[in-house]
Amino acid sequence: MQTDRTGKSLPFLMFVTPVLLWLFLLIVLPHIDLLLMSFRSEDDYGNMVWSLVNYINFFGEPIYWETFARTAIYAVLVTLITFAVSLPIAFYITKVASPRHSGFLSLLLLMPFWVSELVRVYGWMILLRESGVVNHFLVRFGLLQQPVEMLYNDITMVMGLVYTSMLFMVVPLISVLDSLDDSLIEAAYDLGGSIFSILPRIIIPHAMPGIVSGGIVVFMLTLGNYLTPNLIGGKNSLWFTEQIYNQFIASFNWNQGAAFGFLLLLLSSSIIWVGLKLTGQTLSRVAQ
Amino acid sequence: MTIDLSVENATKTFGDFSAVKDVAFTVEQGRFFSILGPSGCGKTTLLRMIAGFIEPTKGRILIRGTDMAGRPPNRRPVNLIFQHLALFPMMTVAQNIAFGLQRRKEKKSAIRRKVADILERVGLPGFGRKTIDQLSGGQKQRVAIARCLVLDPAVLLLDEPLGALDLKLREQMKVELKKLQAEVGTTFVYITHDQSEALVMSDNVAVMNSGRFEQVDTPRNLYTHPQTPFVARFVGENNAWSGTVGELADGFYGIATASGRRFIAQSSEELRIGAAVSFFVRPEAIIIAPDNGDQPFNRLTVTIKSILFDGANSRLLATPVGGETELMIALPQNRQYDHLKIGDRVDVGWNARSAICFQG
Repeated sequence: MQTDRTGKSLPFLMFVTPVLLWLFLLIVLPHIDLLLMSFRSEDDYGNMVWSLVNYINFFGEPIYWETFARTAIYAVLVTLITFAVSLPIAFYITKVASPRHSGFLSLLLLMPFWVSELVRVYGWMILLRESGVVNHFLVRFGLLQQPVEMLYNDITMVMGLVYTSMLFMVVPLISVLDSLDDSLIEAAYDLGGSIFSILPRIIIPHAMPGIVSGGIVVFMLTLGNYLTPNLIGGKNSLWFTEQIYNQFIASFNWNQGAAFGFLLLLLSSSIIWVGLKLTGQTLSRVAQ
Repeated sequence: MTIDLSVENATKTFGDFSAVKDVAFTVEQGRFFSILGPSGCGKTTLLRMIAGFIEPTKGRILIRGTDMAGRPPNRRPVNLIFQHLALFPMMTVAQNIAFGLQRRKEKKSAIRRKVADILERVGLPGFGRKTIDQLSGGQKQRVAIARCLVLDPAVLLLDEPLGALDLKLREQMKVELKKLQAEVGTTFVYITHDQSEALVMSDNVAVMNSGRFEQVDTPRNLYTHPQTPFVARFVGENNAWSGTVGELADGFYGIATASGRRFIAQSSEELRIGAAVSFFVRPEAIIIAPDNGDQPFNRLTVTIKSILFDGANSRLLATPVGGETELMIALPQNRQYDHLKIGDRVDVGWNARSAICFQG
């Protein structure tokens, strides 16, 4: 009896231990440390004491919570735009393109991601900057009198974020749309449906788990993105991650930075929770 | 009688391959019309052309006299029941049935009444709130039919919807479908590769082979008077021989087989003396130990090779003495033939009118 039980649990322990260690040592422990750090600050004599001053600072200083709200709204917006762009692409790859081509098309989508995000963002900068490729041709063909700066504004930043995260929406959408029986779409069409009724009644309800899982990944990646807003966003396009970076690196105020970090974690968790409630999905189903 | 569906010389080619070749037929209102053919004969392509998913390369399709050319499926007065039914799993039974009505922008109260009515009619009253995965195979079938019938289509197209059911349920649904069709009076066009489905349910059956209609007839005529060798082979079971025409006497052809036997048989064609023919005899037309009548009759002695017991469908496999083709003989289960054993020699025979021959 005893040997039988250990015989079963030993391999299980062997596999689960590295995972638990990794989770505990690299995720849980540092987070506990950061959480404790966020509730401490220097008093007037330079001693570290427990206080809520880091959180009070956040609400007291408009630049902080305005950046915070801006980041949240833009992250949601980027997620929605990414979905709107990805759905037709995923639909084309799974339902319209011949099976022979669909693999190749997915590969084309994947290819830019073999290059690091930094290089890709610099690629956009070469294209869009004032002396860049796009401006060069626009002026050459007489569409513009003189080059304009296309970088460093919110529109370009949103575009860059959508571009960066699109793959993470397209892949789950391809997998859910693949499992959608073509005859369901045909049946709806046969019963008098058109694209405007088939999309909301058949395709989106079926694709919901994929939409939500893609949405969560894109939202988290966008909210936590640092590179793209920093490089192609303007001075007014401040991202909350930049605030965190400033606190840790520029001001060397780790306690304030830790508090900001926890606020961001709280924000992403609550928005995802609201998203799950709105779409009627559960995390366990989406994670499949 | 008004004509609900008429197909005029419809042809569909995919590249070099012709799936449907010059098919023409009409279906009168309220009829149950079946298209019977082996898989790959083009029947699904034909059905999808009528539904509007495929445009014919040549020819016209008219529904209640209106040419359907260029009209998409959502604007045709026909509905299709898919092979795997294609019920929407994300909706309840009532929502499934209401889908088409909502697309027509009907009033909510009218939709609710129509859904309740049609559920009653297909024998599923009160099933509206159930989800699709709560239904059994037969119930799903009925919901799929209700979802189309509620739209009151001119023609209901059915793409082998019984194929996925198990045998017992299929037998039951066959009878039910026929009854339902008679009750609602909608024109049905049913495609199948199962001859028994086609024969039991239909008013008229078209037998289709490699893109063409071989014969369009009533089930009884298809069975008793096949017009082509393909129909003779495909509809029901048949014993086939080949031989050459010897002579013509009293409306019967004398046929000599390669092994030197002589049979007499009928033909609907005009046959030349010396022409190569194949001729067919149904297993149930063969009489075991026939008495000596004076009708035109074919007789031979056979050795029983095996006895295939299958209830009412039992068969003897036998070879004529002197060996050649194997013969399939119906074995009635009325205890009269219980003494037959493998290896026995018995006399068998069939009326010459039961044997049909074709050129080639």
